[in-house]
Amino acid sequence: MTNVDITSVAKTYGQVPVLADITTHFAEGSFTSLLGPSGSGKTTLLRIVAGFITPDSGKVAIGGADVTETPVYARNIGMVFQSYALFPHMTVAQNVAFGLARRGIRGAEAKKLVDRALDMVRLPGFGDRRPKQLSGGQQQRVALARAVVIQPSVLLLDEPLSALDRRLRQEMQVELKRIQRETGLTTIFVTHDQEEALALSDNVAILDRGRIVQIGPPAEVYEQPKTRFAAEFLGDTNFFKGAVSNGALQLSDGTSLRTAAALPGNAKAMVAVRPEKMQIVGDGTEVEGASNRISARIDHVIYAGPALTYVLTAKDGTSLKIFAQNRTGTIHPEGSEVTLAWHPANTIPMEDAA
Amino acid sequence: MKALARFYLLAILVFLYLPIMVMMAMGFNDSALYELPFRFTTRWYVALSGNDQLISAGINSIVIALITAVLATLAGTMAAVALDRRAVRGRTLLQLLLLPPIAIPWLITGTAMLVFFFWTGIGRGMHALLIGHVALAIPYVVLVVGTGLRTIRSDLEEAAISLGSTPLHAFFAVTLPLLTPSILGAALFAFAVSLDQFVISYFLSTPGFATLPVQIYSAIRKGFTPEINAISTILLVGSMSVIVVFAIFARPGGARDKR
Repeated sequence: MTNVDITSVAKTYGQVPVLADITTHFAEGSFTSLLGPSGSGKTTLLRIVAGFITPDSGKVAIGGADVTETPVYARNIGMVFQSYALFPHMTVAQNVAFGLARRGIRGAEAKKLVDRALDMVRLPGFGDRRPKQLSGGQQQRVALARAVVIQPSVLLLDEPLSALDRRLRQEMQVELKRIQRETGLTTIFVTHDQEEALALSDNVAILDRGRIVQIGPPAEVYEQPKTRFAAEFLGDTNFFKGAVSNGALQLSDGTSLRTAAALPGNAKAMVAVRPEKMQIVGDGTEVEGASNRISARIDHVIYAGPALTYVLTAKDGTSLKIFAQNRTGTIHPEGSEVTLAWHPANTIPMEDAA
Repeated sequence: MKALARFYLLAILVFLYLPIMVMMAMGFNDSALYELPFRFTTRWYVALSGNDQLISAGINSIVIALITAVLATLAGTMAAVALDRRAVRGRTLLQLLLLPPIAIPWLITGTAMLVFFFWTGIGRGMHALLIGHVALAIPYVVLVVGTGLRTIRSDLEEAAISLGSTPLHAFFAVTLPLLTPSILGAALFAFAVSLDQFVISYFLSTPGFATLPVQIYSAIRKGFTPEINAISTILLVGSMSVIVVFAIFARPGGARDKR
């Protein structure tokens, strides 16, 4: 139960930089997701914390102690692998007891700890079974018990749920969160599933081409994305481009969009708006202060029962997508001209504008 | 369709085993010239018990095959592990170089060994035979163990290391137990390669030291007697028993549910 500090860590394979100067902090007891597309360096970062990869430069500290040169087996980490990596020639109990034996805990004391760990993952009495006799979800629980029973300094999860089907994955998300809360372990979780990252984490770190482009609580990262990449990778987004005029964004058709704080300068800029934040004017109660308005034509309607997705083209040619709750049962027909309204606070300037 | 498949399988088994069955049966036939009708006798086995040359050649064969199996399995297993798990320089080239010895005709390998052993002063005899057989068997071991290793995911070792094992302990606690069926299979292969070997053994034998195939070959040149059928039968029963025992206990590639 300790914090993890990454300082100026970089890793290059041949000519390809996989991680470029990463500095970040994982607070004690926190659950952080490393989220990014494949090749973004998220797994490399996890394996550097574990010690399977030595960084070219920079430092890794666990609980304040520099472990950059410490081999994996001396770092006291708990790791869960995507493939479960249970030892097929051992029983469930022997699997869970493996790390305890390496720490000199054997016999009755080990048995007590193993039983308690199996209780925690809701598999009491499964100790004598073989991994092959268990379902995928059960194997994942055993892998979790095996990693947690040694009371590691940090729990590292390498896409542990990606091999499970959707139903089981959701069930295991709940379990994972509960177990993390119960144990209070500092947890680093690698995933490419954005919903999973939002649902589980205290903090989400979005990685792109070897850099952490944004890190923060799920709501902050989702509501206030800093870059086009972060906004696009985490959910759907509409982007408007234009020139800054009097602190507002002027689109090519003359429409002016305001943001929460006045936009600086008078160069080109880009703002992002989440599809669910935009509303068709006349669709029931309007959000107060929804002062940003544009006209758009509906190209497609996707009807999905409780929610509707409209694909539209704005006057200035920008293609848009909005999500509307099906409150009134009104479906705007394709080809109709509508006005969209939303709040300036939901108009997020992108740092990597234009 | 099913009957046809069964008939086909039966035909293959007959094709494989009929000559061997005839050979074994003739070891119990009274006629020295393999004439019918069949009259049961054990006199060829009695005669064999007095044939010191054949018996000692048989013992030589088994001893050499056993030592070859042990040495080639050790060396080949270590090579396979190194090639699979460690970042060895020129790994692909090394792996490729292991294959040709299997394809090179034994006559050529044998000639090369004979020339080389004379040139270096190793000469002929048991030690030369052993060196030759071990060299011959190693590529087979590397192939069999290497194939087995590829079925064991490397993240099993990583999991053990994450739990506190040194890489060496992880290998002995996780990889080696899972690899045991492959290693036993490879040892059996090495044993068979050695026991079966004629060409190289023929080149490296001395008048006082021969393996069974070499001795049988010399005996045949003097005249075929059912004694040869008798010793062949004994050898066959022996090696079949080894394979059956192996199949029961190791179950290569099969289920490993029981302990």
